[in-house]
Amino acid sequence: MNRARRYIVGGIAIIASVFIFLVPFAYIIITSVKTAREAATRSFNMPANWLFWDNLMQVIKTRDYMVVTAFINSTILTVAGVTLLVVLGAMVGFVLQRRPSRLTSTVNFFILAGLIIPPAVVPTIWVLQGLHLFKTMHGMILIEVAYGLSFSILLFRAFIATIPRELDEAAIIDGAGPMRLFFWVVLPLLRPVLVTVIVVQSVAIFNDFTNPLYYLPGRENVTMQLTLFNFQSQFNSQYNLLFMNILLITIPPLIVYIFFNRQIVAGLTAGAVKG
Amino acid sequence: MSIAVEASVAPVRSKPASPKALSAYPSWFYVPAALIYGALFLFPTIASLFFSLTRWTLFDAQFIGLDNFAQFFREPFLVKGLVNTLVYGVVTSGMKVVLGMLLALLLTSDIIGRGYLRAVVFFPVLVSTVGVGITFTVLMHPTHGLINDTIALFGLKGPGWLTDPRLVLMSVALVDVWKGVGLATLIYIAGVVSIPQDYFEAAKIDGATSWQNFWEITLPLLRPATVTVITLSLIGGLRSFDLIWAMTKGGPGFTSDVVASVIFKQYQAGFYGLSTAGNVVLFVLVAIVIVPLSLWFNSRDIEE
Repeated sequence: MNRARRYIVGGIAIIASVFIFLVPFAYIIITSVKTAREAATRSFNMPANWLFWDNLMQVIKTRDYMVVTAFINSTILTVAGVTLLVVLGAMVGFVLQRRPSRLTSTVNFFILAGLIIPPAVVPTIWVLQGLHLFKTMHGMILIEVAYGLSFSILLFRAFIATIPRELDEAAIIDGAGPMRLFFWVVLPLLRPVLVTVIVVQSVAIFNDFTNPLYYLPGRENVTMQLTLFNFQSQFNSQYNLLFMNILLITIPPLIVYIFFNRQIVAGLTAGAVKG
Repeated sequence: MSIAVEASVAPVRSKPASPKALSAYPSWFYVPAALIYGALFLFPTIASLFFSLTRWTLFDAQFIGLDNFAQFFREPFLVKGLVNTLVYGVVTSGMKVVLGMLLALLLTSDIIGRGYLRAVVFFPVLVSTVGVGITFTVLMHPTHGLINDTIALFGLKGPGWLTDPRLVLMSVALVDVWKGVGLATLIYIAGVVSIPQDYFEAAKIDGATSWQNFWEITLPLLRPATVTVITLSLIGGLRSFDLIWAMTKGGPGFTSDVVASVIFKQYQAGFYGLSTAGNVVLFVLVAIVIVPLSLWFNSRDIEE
């Protein structure tokens, strides 16, 4: 491609991207710092004053600090869910890759089923009630683990295939049992894929709206995504506060993206190639 | 790629493993994951097949045969949800394939600002769906929204994106594409960069035009990426709930309802049997779209 075309095509793409992708985010930021009256016009004008702190404090104080509760709940859900997903997913991926047996094809079938089948909502609630886990954080964590396992196992299995078996054999000859082999030899070698799984699943669980809506009702159980939904009716005339809340839930993925861009890209394309 | 790696390991497996070596990879490593998956995913899925045939209050299930399914295919608003689900899945998937491929070709060509462009196209993938939905609901407002304000600058009158019953599903699908095209682009970029440059050099010697390059080299070699994008976006599109719920709640009327939103509405209304039948319908729908599609894709792979 010649030099002029390089600048012209690139220039057009950049201008288009500003309108299509940047304006919506700029709109969120501008609206979130306006007064309620300015925001009500829903226009793209600059605010007279940037009321960032005022609006932020107002959102935080709404409904007895609901956002704070939600942030704590979302953090617990994400951290606990991802921890379990990593350990349990890696254990399955490890045995699945290392030791083919009659079980292997069955396990593979269930992994695919987990990726494709939409979860049966009401029967799941029924099971959770039977286990006394409905409307509890424990139950919600286990749900996120159940739904996220398939994708995690695929990523781990693909990566473990690249680790030479000779390492296992050396450890076995040195007298390591299965627990020692897995937790002390294999798991540390999985660092690149661990980061990928942690980052991708954290974003997925933090952004999950549907499952907490079904399985974790109740205002003391609210998560960040559900605050948005709660505020949508309450802030009907206060777009500035609604958009401040949108800004709040956009910041964690933005931070993750800035620091872990490479791992996210690796995880999504690797997982995708497996289909 | 990993499939190839595993295949090359395969011959090693055929040698008889000593009991000692086997015990290094114990089957009980499956157990914790299997318990959670079995209790909270597999068992409810199997139970749904039974409860979809009942009138159900969570405490008491009364067997009513196929009545729930009959209702699903008789009530106009439930049928509408079924049709909308298919339309939504096919439209979003098709647009992601076309736009994702075009963007990937653009972002792997030699233009300025590639890094920036890749970042902004991909970022919406990571943002909360509900946040995106609410933002676009405001931007798409028929009289106060930024989109129609912009159209008005050119002296035209913008449509009622989310208020016109004929348009509403497509408007939501458009937002879905806006949010999800970054993932399709990413997969296609991985596909494009894996095409060996030799092919293009050979084609250049033969005097191929860039159009021929695209049809004869790029498009056929991007087939694995296309298969992945279609499969992933169809699975996601057919199951889609949160964006539609955040933007329209299935409205106006039930013109933008999909099966997943019908399931939620029936659940809220306390019709648990009907809601579960909706789940089974969705399961069957996804299966009859995805299974033949992947069989067809795989059979083409073998022929080639």
